[in-house]
Amino acid sequence: MYRRRLLPLLRHHLTQHYRSITYMPRPASATPRHVTLIPGDGIGPLVTSAVVSVFSALHAPIIFEPYEVHGTMPSVPRDVIESIRRNKVCIKGGLSTPVGGGVSSLNVAMRKELDLFASLVHCRNMEGLTTRHRGVDIVVVRENTEGEYAGLEHEVVPGVVESLKVITKFCSERIAKYAFEYAYLNNRKKVTAVHKANIMKLADGLFLESCREVAQNYPGIEYNEIIVDNCCMQLVSKPEQFDVMVTPNLYGNLVANTAAGIAGGTGLMPGGNVGPDYAIFEQGASAGNVGNEKIVEQKKANPVALLLSSAMMLRHLQFPSFADRLKTAVQRVIKEGKHYTKDLGGDSTTQDVVDAVIANLD
Amino acid sequence: MASQIVRRVLARSSNHNSSLTRSLDRFFFSSSTTAAAATNGSITATLFPGDGIGPEIAESVKLVFKSAEVPIEWEEHYVGTEIDPRTQSFLTWESLESVRRNRVGLKGPMATPIGKGHRSLNLTLRKELNLYANVRPCYSLPGYKTRYDDVDLITIRENTEGEYSGLEHQVVRGVVESLKIITRQASLRVAEYAFHYAKTHGRERVSAIHKANIMQKTDGLFLKCCREVAEKYPEITYEEVIIDNCCMMLVKNPALFDVLVMPNLYGDIISDLCAGLIGGLGLTPSCNIGEGGIALAEAVHGSAPDIAGKNMANPTALLLSAVTMLRHLELHDKADQIQNAILTTIAEGKYRTIDIGGSSSTSDFTKALCDHL
Repeated sequence: MYRRRLLPLLRHHLTQHYRSITYMPRPASATPRHVTLIPGDGIGPLVTSAVVSVFSALHAPIIFEPYEVHGTMPSVPRDVIESIRRNKVCIKGGLSTPVGGGVSSLNVAMRKELDLFASLVHCRNMEGLTTRHRGVDIVVVRENTEGEYAGLEHEVVPGVVESLKVITKFCSERIAKYAFEYAYLNNRKKVTAVHKANIMKLADGLFLESCREVAQNYPGIEYNEIIVDNCCMQLVSKPEQFDVMVTPNLYGNLVANTAAGIAGGTGLMPGGNVGPDYAIFEQGASAGNVGNEKIVEQKKANPVALLLSSAMMLRHLQFPSFADRLKTAVQRVIKEGKHYTKDLGGDSTTQDVVDAVIANLD
Repeated sequence: MASQIVRRVLARSSNHNSSLTRSLDRFFFSSSTTAAAATNGSITATLFPGDGIGPEIAESVKLVFKSAEVPIEWEEHYVGTEIDPRTQSFLTWESLESVRRNRVGLKGPMATPIGKGHRSLNLTLRKELNLYANVRPCYSLPGYKTRYDDVDLITIRENTEGEYSGLEHQVVRGVVESLKIITRQASLRVAEYAFHYAKTHGRERVSAIHKANIMQKTDGLFLKCCREVAEKYPEITYEEVIIDNCCMMLVKNPALFDVLVMPNLYGDIISDLCAGLIGGLGLTPSCNIGEGGIALAEAVHGSAPDIAGKNMANPTALLLSAVTMLRHLELHDKADQIQNAILTTIAEGKYRTIDIGGSSSTSDFTKALCDHL
């Protein structure tokens, strides 16, 4: 019994861990906050239950309200949306979207309904995990409501289909503002706008115009523009040149997944969707957030991404000490290298990783 | 505006539907040209040296082909200094006729002159020659170390429609709409070419890249066409990969992919991503396929005016594109010979141009290549 407490204590004294700066909360800030929890499909239930276990080991002041949502439902149930409106914060696993099935994506529907216009992914090399690229520290801020995902398609004549991509000044401006604000508040030095305005002159031209206008209000932050195909090429060869990237909807999807891939994989990168009133935290980049059947059967899904996103959520809810403890524990597990799931080249199950994280909490 | 779009699209689709059956025969490289090669002994090919470093690297290609005794005669055409009213660009009608006649061409880097009143050179070539597929073979060059050593894939990109239709308009102030068009005819065409290519080059797997979970009708139509063509080639494995998954898998493990077939925008991004995996555009070959079996191989890098004329340029991209052209002409043994020579020379490391870390000049590199043949 002593061993369980001795090891973390020993580790605490042996590692260079300084107490974080005192955060002076307002009185009664420790009242438990309610957070909507959506397990989702595929590996979703596995990774969200990982978060619940770790939070109870942390004794974090969070009360989860779980709701069942599946990708096959025609729309998100009313009571789930009500719950999110009430709690303001949600954490969710991936929802599967049937391909070409005539059912529109529930992930996209939720974001539009709650006006979560910014999607953020933080792609960063983690110590202890060898990847081909070093020095990656990119935050991708992606417009989440319009662009190519407007869902406006129709068949003109049999054999010819049109899809509308809508870009508005209102949405482009607010995502540019969010990106620059994020850079300013988090001490980031550069914002890069990703576009294809040499071909789509009006649409991406409008996006760029909005970014340029906002850039003028932040003279201390460097701003540049890059065409999306060149951007992907540069990401693969020289990722150190990027800092914060702001993109419209579709390019953001590609760039976020590429950046996540070079930094170690989408199983590790935290992220979330945020709007003026609500925030939903989930695995940062969308590839693989539902996983495949084999991983679900063998229970070898990687919970790190959702754990780090839940740390972001704790910070968002103004519980920075819990967030730091969780993040440090996860970083220690990755650095040790003994509990890697299949996507990182190891053989551990989700439960192994969760146990390791709990053991590393101080 | 809407009526204009409908009219334009209807005109395209009706034109193509009637000539579809006729053109299906002439789609791919027909046996008539190989017969011509056998009887005449040589094939004529159009060569556009281009601007900047173009002429130097074109010379390099001509020298290597002569040393390898490839039965090709070059017909050189240059970009004019005035706008030809028949083509509305700096490319003359004669140049385009020459490509249509010869069926094969090689194009160096062309700098589009700045100004209005004319179409860009690439756009002219694409529209006039109806180049519907862009093929980029990406394989790691042994000897030029990048972070990825085991890349061996081909990206085939639909080149005429999709998001690049150029149909945009401002609805009200501050709201812009851009149309993405996918037609059955164009998707079938590029899918047919992809599977045909896979079969003739001994490739085992074709992956269609899409985002049909979000853009259900447009990418859904593309996928339907790919599935139809896949049924005709049961020996080739066919799979569908969502584009964000594809991007991630490409940067984590590019060996998972073989032949990729994609609509226009995704193709643009993925083919440049793959070029980045192997070392950049300076080393990547590319070939545009047109209706009637026309193949126009090109170097996709820029014209680099700062090193033009200094004998410093790297001819690898243009040479590898010329090899792709040879493969299209089914001169596989010559193609293999030249490709092996290129790979051996770079792998050896004694003669490398400046951009890949060596110090040789273009002429030294070319000479070393010829020695390796």
